[in-house]
Amino acid sequence: MALLDVNGLKVYFHTRNGVVKAVDDVSLSVDAGKTLAIVGESGSGKSVLCYSLLDLLPKPPARIEGGVALFDGQDLLTCSKQQMRGYRGNDIAVIFQDPMTCLNPFLTIGEQLIEPLIYHRDARYGRQQARRRAIELLDEVGIAGAEARFDAYPHEFSGGMRQRVMIAMAMINEPRLLICDEPTTALDVTIQAQILRLIKNLQHTHNVAVIFISHDLGVVAGLADQILVMCAGKAMETGDAEQVFYRPESGYTKKLLAAIPEGAKSATGHARPEVPLLKIEHLKTWFGGHSAKDTIKAVDGVSFEIRQGEILGLVGESGSGKSTLGRSILRLAPVTAGQVSYAGTELTALSARQLVPWRRKMQMIFQDPYASLNPRMTVFETLAEPLLYHELADRRSVAQQVEKLMDEVGLARAYVRKYPHEFSGGQRQRIAIGRAIATKPQFIVADEPASALDVTIQAQILELILDLVDRHDLTMLFISHDLSVVRHISDRVMVMYQGKILEQNDTEPLWAEPKHSYTRQLLEAIPLADPRLERARIAAASQ
Amino acid sequence: MLRFAAGRLLQAIPVLLVVITATFLLVHSAPGGPFSAEKAVPAEVIKALEAQYQLDQPLWKQYVSYLGDIVNGNFGPSFKYPGRSVNELIAAGLPITAELGLYAMLIAVLIGISAGVFASLRPNTLQDYVPMSAAMLGICMPSFLLGPLLVLIFGIYLEWLPVSGWGDIPGDKILPSITLGAAYAAYIARLSRGQMLEVLSQDYIRTARAKGLPEPLIVVKHALRGGLIPVVAFLGPAFAGLLGGSFVVETIFQIPGLGRFYVQAAFNRDYTMILGMTIFFASLIILFNLLSDMLAIWLNPKLRHGSGAAKP
Repeated sequence: MALLDVNGLKVYFHTRNGVVKAVDDVSLSVDAGKTLAIVGESGSGKSVLCYSLLDLLPKPPARIEGGVALFDGQDLLTCSKQQMRGYRGNDIAVIFQDPMTCLNPFLTIGEQLIEPLIYHRDARYGRQQARRRAIELLDEVGIAGAEARFDAYPHEFSGGMRQRVMIAMAMINEPRLLICDEPTTALDVTIQAQILRLIKNLQHTHNVAVIFISHDLGVVAGLADQILVMCAGKAMETGDAEQVFYRPESGYTKKLLAAIPEGAKSATGHARPEVPLLKIEHLKTWFGGHSAKDTIKAVDGVSFEIRQGEILGLVGESGSGKSTLGRSILRLAPVTAGQVSYAGTELTALSARQLVPWRRKMQMIFQDPYASLNPRMTVFETLAEPLLYHELADRRSVAQQVEKLMDEVGLARAYVRKYPHEFSGGQRQRIAIGRAIATKPQFIVADEPASALDVTIQAQILELILDLVDRHDLTMLFISHDLSVVRHISDRVMVMYQGKILEQNDTEPLWAEPKHSYTRQLLEAIPLADPRLERARIAAASQ
Repeated sequence: MLRFAAGRLLQAIPVLLVVITATFLLVHSAPGGPFSAEKAVPAEVIKALEAQYQLDQPLWKQYVSYLGDIVNGNFGPSFKYPGRSVNELIAAGLPITAELGLYAMLIAVLIGISAGVFASLRPNTLQDYVPMSAAMLGICMPSFLLGPLLVLIFGIYLEWLPVSGWGDIPGDKILPSITLGAAYAAYIARLSRGQMLEVLSQDYIRTARAKGLPEPLIVVKHALRGGLIPVVAFLGPAFAGLLGGSFVVETIFQIPGLGRFYVQAAFNRDYTMILGMTIFFASLIILFNLLSDMLAIWLNPKLRHGSGAAKP
């Protein structure tokens, strides 16, 4: 018998606007020592499914409408609160998505670590014993100087380190079932590889059953024995990993697999290498600090050119300074030293007023389409504002121009009076793109424009960007942490690390022959959405 | 932390100087004087009195000599209570007002926090609505209404508690303390409810639940600290409010505390008394704001370690 056997689970949310069937008749089972991956886009109900097993959903509005979830023969859905508390953190543990918000900022990590040990009745650990056990485990998950770090607070740890703490916390009572809810989504690709390896090793040594929730098919390919594909609360497909990847049956699975950005750029670029549009020389952006110690060198002496008509990819991990570089070029971030010249004009020397005509020519698409649009402005106001400000349209012609923009980014004209919250993430990013191209710019900085989106939506947005670049002869600096996306879209790529550019080359040569060891490390850490290749890659990397 | 406190104390010096100067100018520019009374007093008597208290000197000279006195911790003699210094009068009233304030504060904090936390555990149910409606009532009800009302109910109808006085009959401290603390309890209840709701919806509370911790422990150990931060920050300003409010309560219950001295001094144009009390209260308010800020920092490990510097 399987360790966990879920049958016909239904979880509905009773909201003011009606009933949302978050999980609708889903069945699954996991065996000890095996991994079940649940994949699906945001809102597909994969997290709700797992939280409902441990009664972690807010009730109301959530309500379990049907089904059984047998864990070791006991139904989790009908057990008493006391029994449930006995399961949580003891037999069944959870690793959550965001290590930045899932640890209590007011308590030391040591205190949080030992809690599952000392508050479970059957554990009967003393504080001193618990402390020793926790330090052992911190050591096992790869935290250097575990003894000393035991009394540190979460904010003194990096994201990857915090996720290690979360893993140690989940493993401390040696659970039989481990639920991982997108455990590496908030992390950089090299850290992701380490964390995944860690989970895999722990699973192996402790014979734990794992439910692994992810939207990243590459990650899933390397880990899963079984895969459950979910969409809009329903199970679309269940099967073992190879079958789902190589012989998918449901149309939705096929769509998901097709949307993964893979391989080289297919469209031919129209870069004109002889004409540099932008020339950046020894650019430095340093932040803050009364003393040299506090100064953060976000961008530290960077020189490169952006050629007319090209898409230049800029990759790097979080904190590498890539966003700051993009903003500094547009003078949206302060420039400490160095020059940015745009078609021969020195931008860093211009005053804010003198910069206005250049602002029209250079635009930016921001990462988060939820935060970067003014929630109190309709789409019309958002799109009309730059047109009117730069006097590209007058009151009479503006409506017509806005409609043209809507057509161009693929939004229905009827939506023009709506507010941002009425749109989905992908549609919002279309609005943001429309705003950026409204002034007919020549140069656009796109800062992770598709990173907050689901893979199928991401594919659409990338296609839209490629199409617009082609149609309007745009030049683009495309910033992303996702190397597959960058490879898919860029003509040339730069690799950034700690404020410096380590390497730049045409995309395919860079992929084929990375010169810098860091680039190699980055490329080797990318999970491939193909079980056999991905397992071979992991095996190669661990040697 | 020490550096922070020292810095804040240094900043207090110019603040106090402004308070002193403004108060000094205001009391001296108000019409009338300490010795003007309804009954006509012979001019030479007033002259002699003014000379005795150096009121015949130019204003700037009075100001400078007053500043000199303050540096030495001397608030000067009272004009209206001959033979007694302002220092003595403050020393006489302070223990009573301080005790009243302390009890009121304790009531405000204990009742306020427990009501707020209690309400936040089941939002939008009866358990939330009842204490929060009571809190709304508490905020709206001025102490000059609440005080007599309490006296009427508990002092006169039920005859459970004395109606006035301070420390004369057992139990006479209860009603004044409640009257003074009630509004702050209500405010703190609403503050802590709001913040607790915020904290209880945080991801790390879900983590705590997923670890299998018992619910009371989650509330007390994981949520309460974050929930208390705005309450702690409110304590400084609340203290200032308590000082101001003590006058009304002291009048209602016939308590010989500082608040009554203060208002009488203003009516009497008792220059040194007004100034002395203002400076004293201002210093206390600065001190208590500092203490509440230090407490808020101590509660937040990010700030405590001084590594909370904002990153871009």
